[in-house]
Amino acid sequence: MAKYLTKKVFISILTLWIVATATFFLMFMVPGGPFLAEKAPSEATIAALNQKYGLDQPKIVQYKNYFTNFLSGDLGPSMKQRGREVNQIISTGFKVSATVGGMAILVAVMVGIPFGSVAALKRGKWQDNIILLISTTGIAVPSFVVATVLMMIFSVKLNLLPTYGLTSWKHYIMPVMSLSFYPTAYISRLMRSSMLEVLGQDYIRTAKAKGLPMFRVLFKHALRNAVLPVVTYLGPLLAYTLTGSFIVERIFTVPGLGNSFISSILNRDYTMIMGTTIFLAALIIVMNLIVDIVYKLVDPRITYK
Amino acid sequence: MSEQSKKISFQLDVSDFLPAGQDEKQSLVCMRESVGFWRNGFSRLRKNKIAMVSLFVIILTLIFAFIAPSFYPYSYEQQIRGSENLAPMQYSAAELAEKEAGGKVFPHFIGTDALGRDTTIRIMMGSRISLLVGIVASFLVLLIGSLYGAISGYLGGKVDIMMMQLVDIIYAIPDILIIIILMVSLKYPLQNIANTVPGFQWINTIGVGLICIFIVFSLLYWVGMARIVRSQILSLKEQEYVTAARALGAGNARIIGKHLLTNCIGTLIVTTTLQIPSAIFTESFLSFIGIGVSAPMPSLGSMASSAIGGLTSYPYRLFAPALMISIIILSFNLLGDGLRDAFDPKLKN
Repeated sequence: MAKYLTKKVFISILTLWIVATATFFLMFMVPGGPFLAEKAPSEATIAALNQKYGLDQPKIVQYKNYFTNFLSGDLGPSMKQRGREVNQIISTGFKVSATVGGMAILVAVMVGIPFGSVAALKRGKWQDNIILLISTTGIAVPSFVVATVLMMIFSVKLNLLPTYGLTSWKHYIMPVMSLSFYPTAYISRLMRSSMLEVLGQDYIRTAKAKGLPMFRVLFKHALRNAVLPVVTYLGPLLAYTLTGSFIVERIFTVPGLGNSFISSILNRDYTMIMGTTIFLAALIIVMNLIVDIVYKLVDPRITYK
Repeated sequence: MSEQSKKISFQLDVSDFLPAGQDEKQSLVCMRESVGFWRNGFSRLRKNKIAMVSLFVIILTLIFAFIAPSFYPYSYEQQIRGSENLAPMQYSAAELAEKEAGGKVFPHFIGTDALGRDTTIRIMMGSRISLLVGIVASFLVLLIGSLYGAISGYLGGKVDIMMMQLVDIIYAIPDILIIIILMVSLKYPLQNIANTVPGFQWINTIGVGLICIFIVFSLLYWVGMARIVRSQILSLKEQEYVTAARALGAGNARIIGKHLLTNCIGTLIVTTTLQIPSAIFTESFLSFIGIGVSAPMPSLGSMASSAIGGLTSYPYRLFAPALMISIIILSFNLLGDGLRDAFDPKLKN
């Protein structure tokens, strides 16, 4: 276990370093800079700004400086949003994204698991067919389509929900729904096939033969085992929710982290690009690591290699 | 025979020792006719109604995207003056006048956009881009992933551990983050190469955005394929026919190419088919946030994204590309599932 963990942690840190370094050198390949605006500033101003933010130094020195600051926990000032620190922007943005994303994950799990289980129990009946139809189309529809269709129905036609911002509970409904659509469909399918497999196992027959009531068989024996593949999906699900947030936050103008990641790239806000990339990458990598470990803890059949 | 054995005789009947005829041989075979891998798979696939319907839909979209545009009277970048913002099947004043005069005007089935471009042809070209991205990217993934996985699995030992370490690292990279950064940063150097270096002008004909997507996919997405192929090769290389091939003096390259990879062809087909929709998904995502295929080339994602502004007035401009993406992804998903059941039932789950 310890050896396995060290190896995993080492690979995670290495991956994170590769992502950070690649991003650092790649982002300078894009022409333009953070200080170009519609009203072009004079060359002297740009030179002064470059000097202020250390952009006039050789790339390798900048790289060293950035990572020295990074290791002390300082992600530097934003180059586009003057006067704001990247740490501060990330922490406010992350709170928003985490709320929306967390709710979406919760919805996906709470809806997907019962849907999948019902489909498996009613295999071949109309309930199964309907759930299968919904979940099959669900994984084929991109999130931006879901988001815009929802917007069309609930805001334009019915005029029930607001289309932008995030100030009341009503604002959360559409972003959460569009973000959770795909994972709900995916979890339903995953749950259905794993439930079908578990229901065919000998211990289920034994439990039934012992005369256990049906709900006990289902909840104590079947569900607990069938839910394992869903646990492994939680890592990719988190990554999906974060990347899905790029689009959903943009459509519904939610002031979250995904939105600021995309705009920082389009604005060449170098410190913001680095900050958000490292933060998001670390989040995904750490979550995958945790899911990996948890999966091995809950399923004793899996051995450490 | 039985008649002869009744009469007790030591005289051997010559006819008993004649070679057996074709009929006699056939009558002794008590097995069903042996069926090859391909025929077996395809006959199973043909019985799967859903897979056949999706195959049919895929063929229709291929015709729609690659053949229909050459017969279509409008082109995807042609801006028809006076025909801006037409509703489906609506004609502009000029076109109506021409119709009055007895001329024939081709209808705009899904209307036109704000610049007077026919939406139908743009959907066709957008589907072409999506399908191209899906198919070419999956082919690249197949090529890189299967070779890498096969070499790693076949050589085994330290080489295998090292090669899989790299796969693990790339696997752990959050793909969308790196894809977005790569797409943005590769575009300009590539454009430079296309404009200045002789012999690279073809980049412009295909489009810098598309090339970027291909590069990014071949850098990141082969790892899944490599893992699957490696695990197959690990068990396949212990088979007797590999030992036999080696004993006959076959080299490593021949064993991998001729014996090992051909024996996991089912897995390769299935994984490649299932890779197509995920590539199309990513492309539409990138185009939607504005860093995919460059204008004026339409992409289904960028069409959907530009339609959002006028959602209230022109909802069909969003629904047409959205529906097209969903149909393409859905049919490839379903065909992939069908192929898996037909060619590689082991791969389920």
